Amino acid sequence: MTHYVIVGTGVAGITAAASLRSLEPGSEITLVGEDPHGFYSRPGLAYYLTDEIPEKQLSIYNKKDWQTLKLRYVRARATRLDPASRRLELGSAGALSYDRLLLATGSRAVPLPVPGAELQGVVSLDDLEDARRILALARRARTAVVIGGGVIAVELLEGLLQRGVEVHYFLRGERYWPGVLEEKESRLIERRLAEHGARLHFHTQAAEILGRGGKVNAVLTRNGERLRCDLVAAGIGVQPRMDLARAAGIATDRGILTDQYLQTNAANVFAAGDCAQVLDPVTGNASLDTLWHPARMQGLAAARNMAGQQLPFRPGPAVNVLRLAGVMTTIAGAVASGRDEDLVNVARGSSETWRQLPNSIAMEISSDVSILRLMVGEDALLGAVVMGEQKLSLPLQELISARVDIAPVRTKLLQAGKRLGDVVLDLWSDWKAAGGGHETQQ
Amino acid sequence: MSNFSPHRTESKRYEVLATGHVVPEASRCVQCGICMFNCPIGIDVRRHAWLGRHVEDSYCLTCGECVRRCPRGVLRFERTELFQRGDE
Repeated sequence: MTHYVIVGTGVAGITAAASLRSLEPGSEITLVGEDPHGFYSRPGLAYYLTDEIPEKQLSIYNKKDWQTLKLRYVRARATRLDPASRRLELGSAGALSYDRLLLATGSRAVPLPVPGAELQGVVSLDDLEDARRILALARRARTAVVIGGGVIAVELLEGLLQRGVEVHYFLRGERYWPGVLEEKESRLIERRLAEHGARLHFHTQAAEILGRGGKVNAVLTRNGERLRCDLVAAGIGVQPRMDLARAAGIATDRGILTDQYLQTNAANVFAAGDCAQVLDPVTGNASLDTLWHPARMQGLAAARNMAGQQLPFRPGPAVNVLRLAGVMTTIAGAVASGRDEDLVNVARGSSETWRQLPNSIAMEISSDVSILRLMVGEDALLGAVVMGEQKLSLPLQELISARVDIAPVRTKLLQAGKRLGDVVLDLWSDWKAAGGGHETQQ
Repeated sequence: MSNFSPHRTESKRYEVLATGHVVPEASRCVQCGICMFNCPIGIDVRRHAWLGRHVEDSYCLTCGECVRRCPRGVLRFERTELFQRGDE
């Protein structure tokens, strides 16, 4: 009987476990994880902070789901992996031997690289324990400083505002998320953040976090300003958790390197989710994603390959649809190539592939509350940003994912002006009417 | 309890249910559960999204709370086109 061991209880790990159970009903599956809350919606933590859902709503599986999986669950930290003897050590919880192992260890927030980052009251948002800590602090805090860029910093900021905390947002440069958004798009989010009550400080960088009695009581900026606060929340990027893989001699780069079968360079060891840097055989690139759906798809693909099927993982264009400062925003495919000083690493809820921009022409239409930006390639749409009105969100996701041939309408697209949205909708309707999209449904 | 439309009559509900239902786009869903938390009758909309299934539940009020509250644009109301109405 094959013994599968999965390290990590996030969406990649659980999806792999469920998939292995259905592929090999008689196999033995052991799940190893150190998060005391097991499997829950990590992106949902943002909505727990804003008080849109209670904590218990975050759990995805019920008791019956767990029973159906027939897993052995070991709550422990994996401390050492030896691929040669196929052995995984779990510190004081003992050791396991395995036939095939999946590393789905996720990622963790990059700590703020300033003195004082260890003080009580300095937080980031990786897991439910972090969210609980933030809420407990927010009950007593009057003023918070949020540092960073991308999705998580803004989610932290909105959660704190919702909890009645006065929030100062430090940005190193002159606008929000320049690595992915164009200026007009940044300004829309900034305007909304300010309307919600946040105070934005551009060209501002923390030099040191000051404390009293081990607790935060101010931030000192590089400009020499001292801002009194009782909470500092950071979202400056995440780094894959790959200590276990590295110590085992497994090849790593920015993440744990895998081939298109999600296999690492060690026999019988696979990786999926935030921790994995997966080869795309079409482009030859290996990039990091910190998105829920790709993690789920990688977990599924890893399970199939662990069970002996040779099925390459074919990454689709990264898509995220989310609310930024109350503005519904879709980011799909390749949209930008800029630098981003607010992030030292890939941000949670994003993809490195958003910043790989081949030859394309940017087209944009906007109003005060809505923006549509398209990256038009030679023969396909390569990326899109849709803010506000979302009628085009799903059509664009499908057109980009399926690399629908735009040759017949390319000139029309480039000359569309204010009618850009209509041209896209017509293209999508024609493609759907011709049977497009059926082969890409999952 | 959420404020689903009190003006929607039973017959309207059956008419809407006969012509359409809530459809999730699984690739956008992050399983936060806001949809089922706001469903006035507790349909597990999130599970439908996880499994990529349409919400074909005879108890669905078609109130649109889940569609409106989803912060990820996962849900939409889609016509089944099983029954075409004469006035359209």
